[in-house]
Amino acid sequence: MRPSIVNDVRSVSTSPVLEMHGIDKSFVGVHALQDARLRLWPGEVHAVMGQNGAGKSTLIKVLTGVHPADAGTMHLAGKAIRPDSPKAAQALGIATVYQEVNLCPNLSVAENILAGRMPRRWGWIDWRAVRRLATESLERLQIDIDPDRLLGEYPIAVQQMVAIARAVGMDARILILDEPTSSLDEVETGRLFALMRRLKERGVAILFITHFLDQTYATADRITVMRNGRVVGEHLTQDLPKLELVSLMVGRAVAASDLVTTRRATAARPLMQARGLGRRASVEPLDLELRKGEVLGLAGLLGSGRTETARLLFGADRADTGEITLEGALLRLHSPRDALRAGLAFCPEERKTDGIVAELSVRENIVLALQARRGVFRHLAPREQRALALRYIEALGVKTADPEMPIGQLSGGNQQKAIIARWLATQPRLLILDEPTRGIDVAAKQEIMDRVLALCGEGLAILFISSELEEVLHTSHRVAVLRDRRKVAELPAEELDEARVLRIIAGHDDPVEELAA
Amino acid sequence: MTPGAGSITRPSLAGLTRSAQFWPVAVLLLLLATNGILNPNFFALSWREGHLYGAPVDILNRAAPLMAVALGMTVVIATRGIDISVGAVVAIAAAVAAALIGGKLSIVEGQQTYETLTSMPIALVAALGVAALCGLFNGVLVATVGIQPIIATLILMVAGRGIAQLVTGGQIITIYYKPYFFIGSGYLLGLPFSLWLVGGLLALMAWLKHRTALGLFIQASGGNPAAARLAGINARGLLLAVYAFCGFTAGLAGLMISSNVKSADGNNAGQLLELDAILAVTLGGTSLLGGRFSLRGSVLGALIIQTLTTSIYSLGVPPEINLVVKAVVVFAVCLVQSPEARAWLFRRRTIA
Repeated sequence: MRPSIVNDVRSVSTSPVLEMHGIDKSFVGVHALQDARLRLWPGEVHAVMGQNGAGKSTLIKVLTGVHPADAGTMHLAGKAIRPDSPKAAQALGIATVYQEVNLCPNLSVAENILAGRMPRRWGWIDWRAVRRLATESLERLQIDIDPDRLLGEYPIAVQQMVAIARAVGMDARILILDEPTSSLDEVETGRLFALMRRLKERGVAILFITHFLDQTYATADRITVMRNGRVVGEHLTQDLPKLELVSLMVGRAVAASDLVTTRRATAARPLMQARGLGRRASVEPLDLELRKGEVLGLAGLLGSGRTETARLLFGADRADTGEITLEGALLRLHSPRDALRAGLAFCPEERKTDGIVAELSVRENIVLALQARRGVFRHLAPREQRALALRYIEALGVKTADPEMPIGQLSGGNQQKAIIARWLATQPRLLILDEPTRGIDVAAKQEIMDRVLALCGEGLAILFISSELEEVLHTSHRVAVLRDRRKVAELPAEELDEARVLRIIAGHDDPVEELAA
Repeated sequence: MTPGAGSITRPSLAGLTRSAQFWPVAVLLLLLATNGILNPNFFALSWREGHLYGAPVDILNRAAPLMAVALGMTVVIATRGIDISVGAVVAIAAAVAAALIGGKLSIVEGQQTYETLTSMPIALVAALGVAALCGLFNGVLVATVGIQPIIATLILMVAGRGIAQLVTGGQIITIYYKPYFFIGSGYLLGLPFSLWLVGGLLALMAWLKHRTALGLFIQASGGNPAAARLAGINARGLLLAVYAFCGFTAGLAGLMISSNVKSADGNNAGQLLELDAILAVTLGGTSLLGGRFSLRGSVLGALIIQTLTTSIYSLGVPPEINLVVKAVVVFAVCLVQSPEARAWLFRRRTIA
């Protein structure tokens, strides 16, 4: 199903376009990179794999001049380089597209592509040339959109392609893609891969950072594995089986069964029921039942209404049809406050914008929801706050030197654990997890899910949303499938496999009898 | 201020410079030292008639209204807002108090007696209440109507002067009621009474910040409003309270100012005070982007501004250039406090 763009290795030319050697980088007290190396060949996709904190980002930042290296050498096409700013790196032909699209949604596509290097005539911007150049760079990458429209009118996936068009510009030799697929669905990812293929054909070397193993295997010709700031191996993809890759990343042997969690049906009692719950232009009316001690998975493509459903159930958006009952009693949700009071909890998809308060400490972030439920005057004393934070830091394995550290300084996985801790501290009856493992490495992912599932065993109801079908199927007792903002199926997980869910999503398999039940 | 909540700081110089209040304190000390060098009598304090006298006391006393307004402004800024109507609210509160008290001087049996139109407690409560209502009006515009804070409070900034002049009937009302003068120029236990007011305000706010959840809620909603809402914080209620409180502190400043000058001038009372207050907050280290705020920092910021103003006058800077001097010093202070600017200066020096 997944598109593959892996080269025949023999076609890769013999001398690398980029060589990094013996790269060392320390930050105050932390040795982020030690003797790191990296080689890139023109026309290849090279994946850098490693857990959070392995040094991938630092390596990229050294290469792009954000953090110049303390020691080591870099050669671009045989010439020694030492970029000391992103601008210098860009001038050398090293282009970067970051996870979060760094463009201006309120400017046109063409302006975004050419911002900072607008063609001028007699000191004035030559708008005709702007249009022509933008159209050319879009056509070269076969991105079929109108350069005059505002960037914000296009979905994130298209915005990302515009970011790539901007980055590649006229003559990039190296393109760094930092987690480009983390907000894309399967179809959009396929389109991105097609774009990467076209860039490869033009001889661009692509450095691809991702947490998705499948995508690495679908795209990468070569893999560099990092652990604890060191490079632990560089392999041709075809010579490195998945299990071995994971073992290299975690630094210990991993059994195939470690990668999956198997949970099967229970005779759980219902906790919360939604009937005909819907919101105009967001989700068509749907029925859902959450049961104590059970995980209900929500599957569907990006934009199928998964997050929207979760937001309705938590009162983050107002439903305009339907009703929710909690243990038989009608539950009116006007705001997340009401949901919090009723014992619901919601870990949102966008950790940065909806989850953490970056400048506040880990402790403050953890106690936030519990304190909000207690109100202004039933204040948790500092000592209680600290004890609570330390308890959850330990229980969830949050790696932080000090609970007083600003949460923004933690790695993504640890931030996510802290946000889950925030909600567990309220001792919820229902926990809604929207993409809880997005942008998190394999080991942390497994850890998070294990701990959440343990709580589920104690009677917590969970609504689990993930773009990774495999994860949904292995974690959930039941799975509801959404397509085009509509619930199209709900089945026990053991009756489903990936292929069947994909068929349901594609509309080739309509399990009508289950819907009627 | 919170036991157990402070981070561990080593007593190294580097650690000290990283502490939030290091630069405001350093700047204030520098300004005071400059004054001390240029004017040897600057630090001379004397005890006369049970009162403490001297230039430092004078600065503290004059800074009191600004400190009060800056404290209210701090919590508004912490919620990512701003309130540029505080100067006008100062004028409104002063006008209300002056109109209600008014007073006249009469000689009864050879004694000077003062009479009020309304009893003073009622006048004070009314003035502070009107000021808090003004703040609440701002809060409603921001939190309920959803207008951007700078525009929302611009309305009252302009209209407020008009309201104040309506209250005073377009005149400058002179107050003839001695007990009222105590607020702005009286002494309690040797110190100016206005300092006790500001001290009380600071203590109240510190208590609310650290001993209730308000500090956490304000900093969370300022730091990330979307996340705070999803965590169950009632942002609307919080904004209403914060703007109303800011109005209240402006009212307090209005009482101090009108009491000190014994009159209420709808047109000029608290003129441009909003800008000094915003400057005090930023000098104190609270970011205009919201989130973390420092009450002590804002008090220090207000003291820096007042020390600077006083020094300019007492050092005899010609009046026609004193605003320029003030601007230059403020600019320098901002540079010193900016980590980026310090890094830049430092790098330049090592290269040279």
